[in-house]
Amino acid sequence: MSAHTHDDVRNHLKVYIGVFLALLIGTGITVYAWTWHFESVTITIGVALFIACIKAFLVAGYFMHLMSERKTIYAILLTTAFFFAGLMYLIVWSREEMPRGTRWHTGPNTSSQIQNAQ
Amino acid sequence: MEMPYIVEPRPDTGLFNAKVGIWLFLASEVMLFGALFSSYILLRVGANSWPHGLLNVPIGTFNTAVLITSSITMVLAWANMKMGNPSRSRVYLGKTKEYHDKFVHYEVRLVDGTVADGHIKERTPDFAIKGFKSEAGSIVFEPENVLKGNPGESMSDVKARLPAKERYEEHGQRQEMKLDASQIRWICNYVPRHSTYFAIYFTLTALHALHVFGGMIVLSYFWFQNRTMGRKNPERYTNRLEVGGLFWHFVDLVWIFLFPVLYLL
Repeated sequence: MSAHTHDDVRNHLKVYIGVFLALLIGTGITVYAWTWHFESVTITIGVALFIACIKAFLVAGYFMHLMSERKTIYAILLTTAFFFAGLMYLIVWSREEMPRGTRWHTGPNTSSQIQNAQ
Repeated sequence: MEMPYIVEPRPDTGLFNAKVGIWLFLASEVMLFGALFSSYILLRVGANSWPHGLLNVPIGTFNTAVLITSSITMVLAWANMKMGNPSRSRVYLGKTKEYHDKFVHYEVRLVDGTVADGHIKERTPDFAIKGFKSEAGSIVFEPENVLKGNPGESMSDVKARLPAKERYEEHGQRQEMKLDASQIRWICNYVPRHSTYFAIYFTLTALHALHVFGGMIVLSYFWFQNRTMGRKNPERYTNRLEVGGLFWHFVDLVWIFLFPVLYLL
């Protein structure tokens, strides 16, 4: 981005305004999608994060100029993405890898236990 | 002695030094917020119940729009410097600062150290309690002086409707309420001590607000510099704006994920 000239920037102004409007619309869609009340929690989370990812792409790609950056920046970000993915994998791993004979504690007040107690 | 590569790019990286520096810093920030997001996931999947609808979505949406607007004004401030227009750049930087102020106002205005004003829905008068304490297997609820309002009416509406002397009246049921602990399935208050949800909510939003505040200080400094460095050494100043802008857009990017995760899901 450092190499952008006066004219380049002038040509990009409309793009910046377009991205800004897209971000506002994306926010509106996120809130509107929230009112749909999907039956599956997975779908609800999926839709919200999908829209958030598009908005993040717009901010990072255009406002932060990642669409036309130097290799050094991409190298830094790839390293970060690797460690970030590792961090998130640890979460999944901690959920899946349970010691033998153990299970996740579901709490004393599940509805079935309350019914049993009654 | 002149510091090298503050204006012209280094031959090996093709970037000026501050830009490499800010990206390395942002990489560490990704890991910081990543750690907290992963904590959120662990807390949420491990919780028996997770509260919904406690936060005020319209105000959260408004805050998101404010932050996005501050991002575009930041970009325009940088673009105007690139186009050799420092005066307009200063105006846009001033607007960015203004939107920062608005965002911080709504994000971190805490009332009684417990409730973020405007963020968490106000308690309905019928259920308002000051607090609760544990006593030998029982939970004792202490009632609170509350405003009398109609169902569905917000606290600010009630405040606006009633004259000052009538604003604070004691609720009809002033006696303490004592319940056996075994009768209570789940209990929560708007403080981190009583709720895992609010613990992670305040941790994430407070850290984000701290970043907004930090960005505000830096951009205010740049705003003052516009009339000195912005005129005398515009290329160096433009680079500074770009670096400050990168930080500000990152803060915006974090909020893009925080908003649906904390307010909507």
